[in-house]
Amino acid sequence: MKTIVFAEHLNGKFTKSSLEAVSYASAWSASAGGTCIAVTYGNIDASVLGTAGASEVWKMDALSSADGDQVTKLMLAAQKESGANAIVLSHDLVGKSVAPRLSVRLNAGLVSGATAIPAGNTVKKNVFSGKAIAHVTVNSELSIVTVLPNSYGVNTSGTACPVNAFSAEVGSARVRVKEVRVEESESIPLPEADKVVSAGRGMKGPENWGMIEELAKELNAATACSRPVSDIGWRPHHEHVGQTGIAIRPNLYIAVGISGAIQHLAGVNGSKVIVVINKDPEAPFFKAADYGIVGDAFEVVPQLIAAAKAFNATK
Amino acid sequence: MKILVCVSKAPDTTSKITFTNNNTSFDEAGVNFIVNPYDEWYALVRALELKEAQGGNVTVLSVGGADYEQIIRKALAIGADDAVRIDAPESDALSVSTHIANYAKDKGFDLILCGKETINYNGSVVPGMVAELLDMPLVALAAKLDVANGVATCEREVTGGMEVLEVNLPAVISAAKGMAEQRIPNMRGIMAARTKALEVVAVENGASSTSVNNYEMPPAKSACKFVDPANAAELITLLHQEAKVI
Ligand SMILES: Cc1cc2nc3c(=O)[nH]c(=O)nc-3n(C[C@H](O)[C@H](O)[C@H](O)COP(=O)(O)OP(=O)(O)OC[C@H]3O[C@@H](n4cnc5c(N)ncnc54)[C@H](O)[C@@H]3O)c2cc1C
Repeated sequence: MKTIVFAEHLNGKFTKSSLEAVSYASAWSASAGGTCIAVTYGNIDASVLGTAGASEVWKMDALSSADGDQVTKLMLAAQKESGANAIVLSHDLVGKSVAPRLSVRLNAGLVSGATAIPAGNTVKKNVFSGKAIAHVTVNSELSIVTVLPNSYGVNTSGTACPVNAFSAEVGSARVRVKEVRVEESESIPLPEADKVVSAGRGMKGPENWGMIEELAKELNAATACSRPVSDIGWRPHHEHVGQTGIAIRPNLYIAVGISGAIQHLAGVNGSKVIVVINKDPEAPFFKAADYGIVGDAFEVVPQLIAAAKAFNATK
Repeated sequence: MKILVCVSKAPDTTSKITFTNNNTSFDEAGVNFIVNPYDEWYALVRALELKEAQGGNVTVLSVGGADYEQIIRKALAIGADDAVRIDAPESDALSVSTHIANYAKDKGFDLILCGKETINYNGSVVPGMVAELLDMPLVALAAKLDVANGVATCEREVTGGMEVLEVNLPAVISAAKGMAEQRIPNMRGIMAARTKALEVVAVENGASSTSVNNYEMPPAKSACKFVDPANAAELITLLHQEAKVI
């Protein structure tokens, strides 16, 4: 079995979700005794994709960005040339734009947001916003899978691999990028974050978020919030996690002053370790927590910041 | 402007999720159904705002059985002008997308809006499939949408910032949070919805390329370990030594 996998890069670095997709695709093909070709584009040293497990990279130098229409054509050409039986992308913006198109064009079943390597032609994915898991069977020769970010680790044990030039008729982009506004370049993007400090209405007002940001900074974590907090404008919309915000699965999720409503839990219950800080011992969030502190955030969080600072000093 | 908004039926966000038939189907008993929030709060409301500002027509479309009419009436009560129900089971994303594309292909819609994903299947697949089947451009997960002179301008979140995109209509756009604010239907809207046109289109079952084999529940969490609030620093030690996450 042979897989091809698309790898996107930003500012000269492959995205974490792309490296996860490459790791997933190589492990999948290796489990069936095959190889994995990573497909990429533009001006970048792509031999590092070998570290994540690719046996070979095909790179189209003349393509400079990951436009949905163009990447679709690139992957169609790469599939044809390689005869791959499976195509893998990350379940990120590019994957969500490209995988459905490939599925239609190749008549290939698509499972989006996979969380584990397929068993035969059955692929595991989260459904009902993380409240359940489905095993989805692909009923076609060729399969397409998008990999849920943060659900499959990045392999770093491979070695640099050969990069071969590849080119395809990719046409022009129909969607025009007019502007990219970079926001607080040092903050960690939430969907990729390994650690997240999140806060809710218990913080009383936006002026109190300083301690949340400081704790996040000490722990090298991204910040998130509950829905009412972003609805009333205390925090930006992109920090809203939950069933109707974004779903995340970091290794560590610290929830401060969040009650733990079912819609909130749906977006965070895939986190490996959950810490809940709430002054109400009856807060439903404690039922989903690994560690809990029943106490006032305004007293507990400053202690945690001090402890995290002391811990960092010993590292 | 002619706008088509695709809406899907989803279990109420507070529903307890259970399965029947040996864990092969979702147990709908006692479940209250709603319009998928992304379809309703963002895609539909933004479509109505565009129509109110620029004139035009907003049609809502669902692929599903007669039980979908309750959520279609809700979308009409919020303000859609008319509705279509494609009478077919929601077998998989390909079959749903094929029904949508077949219906839309000769109707001259300027804009096809969908929510970014459903809260039950979490696929994010239908908008892209519809775009491919209709050979239209797609903007996935737009958090802002404006239309002027046949061009849609969208903003969306990308790693580390926001991106501003432009695309000529007709186009397919999937809506993420930020595009609009939820609207609660008023009494007049609810009354009006009863008499608005709801066309039911009979179709052959579409081809599907995936099927759900079975469902399972996520592994249960072990009990929560409590740390004394007077000695909160202990948590940092536990996260390092026991949980090994820092
Ligand atoms: C259709 C639908 C979709 C939804 N989607 C989402 C979603 O995606 N994400 C989401 O988050 N919500 C969602 N909600 C809302 C959800 O139901 C809850 O209302 C929301 O999560 C509550 O936010 P909260 O925990 O910040 O606020 P509250 O419920 O008000 O809880 C505040 C908590 O802070 C604690 N607290 C107060 N003061 C302190 C203090 N000094 N120290 C420590 N703790 C303190 C309180 O004990 C309480 O538990 C949705 C709701 C609906 C109906």
